[in-house]
Amino acid sequence: MNEFLTQYAFIIVPLIKIAILVLIVLTVDAYLTWIERKLIAHIQARWGPHRVGPHGLLQPLADGVKFIFKEDPLPANVDKVAYFLAPFLTLMLALTSLAVIPFGPQRFKVFGYETHVGIADVNISLLVLFAITALGVYGIALAGWASNSKYSLLGGLRSSAQMISYELALTLSVVGVLLIAGDFSLRKIVEHQAGTGRGLVSWHIFPQIVGFLCFYIAAIAETNRVPFDLPEAESELVAGFHTEYASMKFAMFFIAEYTSMITVSCLATVLFFGGWLSPFPVSWTFTHYLPSVLLIPFGLWVIFDGMRYENLFGRILLPIVGIGLAALGATLIVLPTVNDIVQGPFWFLAKVFTFLFVYIWMRGTLPRFRYDQLMSFGWKFLLPVSIANVVLTAVAILIWGKL
Amino acid sequence: MTAPSIIFFVLAALAVLGAISLILQREPIHSALSLIVVMVALAGLYLLMGAEFVAAVQIIVYGGAIMVLFVFVIMLLNAGKEERTNFSKLATYAGIPLAVATTGFIAAAIAWSSGSLPAAEPSGALTSTKTLSLLLFNEFVYPFELTSFLILVAILGAIVLAQRES
Repeated sequence: MNEFLTQYAFIIVPLIKIAILVLIVLTVDAYLTWIERKLIAHIQARWGPHRVGPHGLLQPLADGVKFIFKEDPLPANVDKVAYFLAPFLTLMLALTSLAVIPFGPQRFKVFGYETHVGIADVNISLLVLFAITALGVYGIALAGWASNSKYSLLGGLRSSAQMISYELALTLSVVGVLLIAGDFSLRKIVEHQAGTGRGLVSWHIFPQIVGFLCFYIAAIAETNRVPFDLPEAESELVAGFHTEYASMKFAMFFIAEYTSMITVSCLATVLFFGGWLSPFPVSWTFTHYLPSVLLIPFGLWVIFDGMRYENLFGRILLPIVGIGLAALGATLIVLPTVNDIVQGPFWFLAKVFTFLFVYIWMRGTLPRFRYDQLMSFGWKFLLPVSIANVVLTAVAILIWGKL
Repeated sequence: MTAPSIIFFVLAALAVLGAISLILQREPIHSALSLIVVMVALAGLYLLMGAEFVAAVQIIVYGGAIMVLFVFVIMLLNAGKEERTNFSKLATYAGIPLAVATTGFIAAAIAWSSGSLPAAEPSGALTSTKTLSLLLFNEFVYPFELTSFLILVAILGAIVLAQRES
């Protein structure tokens, strides 16, 4: 058995990693809907979901069950192959794109096979990511076309036109980072941002602030989110390309959308904000206790919060979760080796969740673009600015050498 | 059979099946989808040969840009199902024997010379992004710039043709 594991570790270990990542991502997707509804509710002075479980925390589970048991009608005269292919394609590509993101610096050995935090470490990971996103257009275009409905078709066309237009700006906006880092590998790009160990001053965001803004705007448009969510403008197109989809197939589009949000946030973190690197200088070792400092009070608060519910949650579940979190925080203080391993993923997650928060914040704040505004903004403003950024960066590197 | 050769045959079969389905499908959009399968399978084959950059560009350019335009045009023109016509006589009497002969000839040539042909080296070093771009921008910079100029002219032409008469 052990021999078998060592021999086939190169295929077993990635499979395990994929299973873990998919599990984590799907859970985060589910709770992202909760966070989104809660945040937007509070932005609009409402309560948001609060019936299912404490603070509505079990709402995603209830939604999942609902999606599975809903009727799944097939509209008349649809193109069956494309109609069924579209949601699968969209979800599959969205999940695949996460495979090239590096989540942490460590390399470790499982069954004698050296591996790292992240699924695949290819040396052109950024190009692979763009290749996968480029294929993502088909899911939406096919869904719109196959549904045999005018709203879907218009939504699909709008959406694909938007994605093609903003893909140019998206790709060009990261060229500045590539010029500075000199590598396509996301891992190398993060390692380049470590600089001389002075923390956040050597992140790419400072020389590439224009590139970052272009990237983030184009990325929001790529993921079809507010203020670029024209494909699903309710007042004009009902629900755009997924009007005719129900039940689990609709859920697939939904999960794909949230997964792309996560991918984009990861990418912004990796390219511009130093990935898993801490924003503090390396010599400030006391900042390594930050995860514990956050975890312990949060755990205690969860226990305290549980006292308000006179049922199973308040009396058993929340206290256990709270004690677990606080104990985790305490363990990190006691065991410095474990604490060091946690640092990378901690900062990575913190940055990714900041970007996800900004996504939702924008949805609660900004009105939607008009279609002609969207197109002229993309082609006449974003694209020239990102090209200018590339030229400026190249000239700067030519004059002052690499940063 | 080693892992690379298994992957090769899977990808090759995928490419061939996609190409056959491209011809046989009657719905234009299904044909376009089959062509995308061919493109992606080819990208996989490039990857197998160690040409990572070419593989990624194959998907980004052919899969992500050109085929999207194909699909777009088909969707916008609302192209209907293809009508099947009777085979032309020329195809039956000349085309099919010619196709069979060509395939047989190529297969025989490969089978006959497979012992003496040197195995193709995985061209990783040559096709890495860095060497490729150095080649493009040093040795072949004039052809490269000329091609870009040609594309620019084509884009301008397309804009002039599509412009509304004022």
